Amino acid sequence: MSVKPISREAQLRDDVARAAMAARRRKVLRAAVGRGVILVILCLGAVVVMAPVVWMISTSLKSLYETQEFPPRWIPRVLHWENYPNALTILPFATYFKNSTIITLTIMVGEVLSNSFVAYGFARLRGPGRNILFVLVLSTMLIPYPVIMIPQYILFKNLGWIDTFLPLIVPPCFSSAYLIFLMRQFYMTIPREMDDAAEIDGCSYFGIYRRIMLPLAKPALVTVAIFSFTYNWNDYLAPLIYINSQSNYTLTLGLSNFLGRYNPISWHLIMAASLVTVLPCVVLFFFAQRFFIQGVVVSGVKG
Amino acid sequence: MATTAAPTTKRPWLTRTRKEGLWFYIFISPWIVGFLIFLAGPIITSAYLSLTTYDVTSPPSFLGLQNYSDLLSDDLFWLSLKITTIYSFVSVPLGMAVALGVALMLNQKIPFVRVFRTIYYLPSVISGVSVTLLWLWIFNPDFGVLNGLLSQLFHIKGPRWVFSEQWVLPSFIIMSLWTTGGSMVLYLAGLQGVPTELYEAASLDGAGAWRRFWNVTLPMISPVILFTLITGIITSFQTFTQVQIMTQGGPHYGSLFYVFYLWQNAFGGSATDMGYASAMAWILFVLVLILTLLALRSARIWVYYEGEART
Repeated sequence: MSVKPISREAQLRDDVARAAMAARRRKVLRAAVGRGVILVILCLGAVVVMAPVVWMISTSLKSLYETQEFPPRWIPRVLHWENYPNALTILPFATYFKNSTIITLTIMVGEVLSNSFVAYGFARLRGPGRNILFVLVLSTMLIPYPVIMIPQYILFKNLGWIDTFLPLIVPPCFSSAYLIFLMRQFYMTIPREMDDAAEIDGCSYFGIYRRIMLPLAKPALVTVAIFSFTYNWNDYLAPLIYINSQSNYTLTLGLSNFLGRYNPISWHLIMAASLVTVLPCVVLFFFAQRFFIQGVVVSGVKG
Repeated sequence: MATTAAPTTKRPWLTRTRKEGLWFYIFISPWIVGFLIFLAGPIITSAYLSLTTYDVTSPPSFLGLQNYSDLLSDDLFWLSLKITTIYSFVSVPLGMAVALGVALMLNQKIPFVRVFRTIYYLPSVISGVSVTLLWLWIFNPDFGVLNGLLSQLFHIKGPRWVFSEQWVLPSFIIMSLWTTGGSMVLYLAGLQGVPTELYEAASLDGAGAWRRFWNVTLPMISPVILFTLITGIITSFQTFTQVQIMTQGGPHYGSLFYVFYLWQNAFGGSATDMGYASAMAWILFVLVLILTLLALRSARIWVYYEGEART
């Protein structure tokens, strides 16, 4: 008689424990199912996102005849690698490539230097009107390019700079609001003690910028360089306005010029040329993904 | 002591504070020069030009506000404004929702998060002319892959996409969704910054997944949402490359985007009038400014900043 209540109690406790375990298992199971569903959705999304890229590569290896099949094939019967040399020689792509490289690299060096320089002032030095000026810097991001495009065009026309690289290269080299902001945000994360120590050692402000901040800000400099490169490599409107002669065309102008020239449109060649054009950006992205993501995050989350 | 000359030479005009201030201006001088020459100057010039008619070859002649009153009765101006607004108001929220959805999924304990992140981000690296050409080919009504898939998978005869007046805007919106990876990365970073204690506390209070999303996740990432909203509005109102390459504003003005119409007035064709285009540019400037201010003003209601005094 004395054993029974205990065993009943034990059994009750046992039941409760078992029920709790079942509930926990159900919860784990539900979470796993949820995660599985999410994984499936993400995979489908990834297929949708990658499909245009695959289609681009596939087209670039087709023959003209195969580009005019319906429904289209995803895998060409024969891989026409010769499309690449053909696409790049049918128009003077080597020249376009050279022009784009000169313009983009010059702007890149200019932007890294000027923005790191200006941002140091905003991040570290106290001067009269600093906060107002910084708000002004940020608000210039709101100015649509079309507002300044026409007067800039007139200015450069009067300087005789039309159909040269100068209208494309010179303005960005005076720093840009977005990149100043990016650099400043990064400088703010560098401990102030670094500057103070250097200052006590008799370092000038320029010395601090040059010997302390620049070496420490290398990741941010890389980010600025990458953003500058991808933006200017892909820029279309400014070259469209300022560049007239074929020999000065950038890659984007050359590519767009491809379209209207041949009938029927040689999509296999256009895709091959497009792929070569985007290749530097893609390669840069894969090697420096960390910096891309970091740059995007710094500018947006803490902004 | 005050009468001797020594203190005045000992205490030079260049005090520490002044020296720092001077260096501040030396450091920001590139920006100041660039700002005056390439931004402030052009903005003022643009305001003046908007009151003139100017074809570059002969000097501008003053018109007063006539450009603006002409614009008000220009059907194409209103049409371009309507098209751009529709595009912006559909593609921006849609893009934000997709980006946030993907970010929320990637924020779970999922394998291969980095691989997915790379894949979804990739399209925003290769923006510009190449992507526009690629989509022009995808949308090709006769041999394009989109209509190919529609006919193979669903036995639907696809529309003529960018070559159809009705479908050209939806086509542009689809294209814009492909490059939302940039804001996805932002949202993901925002989500990873939400303290887990908040979720635990909410769970203890009996909040389900949906309530946790509404009352914890959304408020915590609302600053990021505001940022993507504003940048989205600004960039979508300046849509140009796609239009210039794919449709030239057609078919039958179906994709006459604002900046494309502006560009046509300034640089395209024979009857260029930089004054008229400048007036358009100023209206665009004011519109973007108003939309940004509206977004910022409304942000007081829906954006939560940590460390802000609660009322």
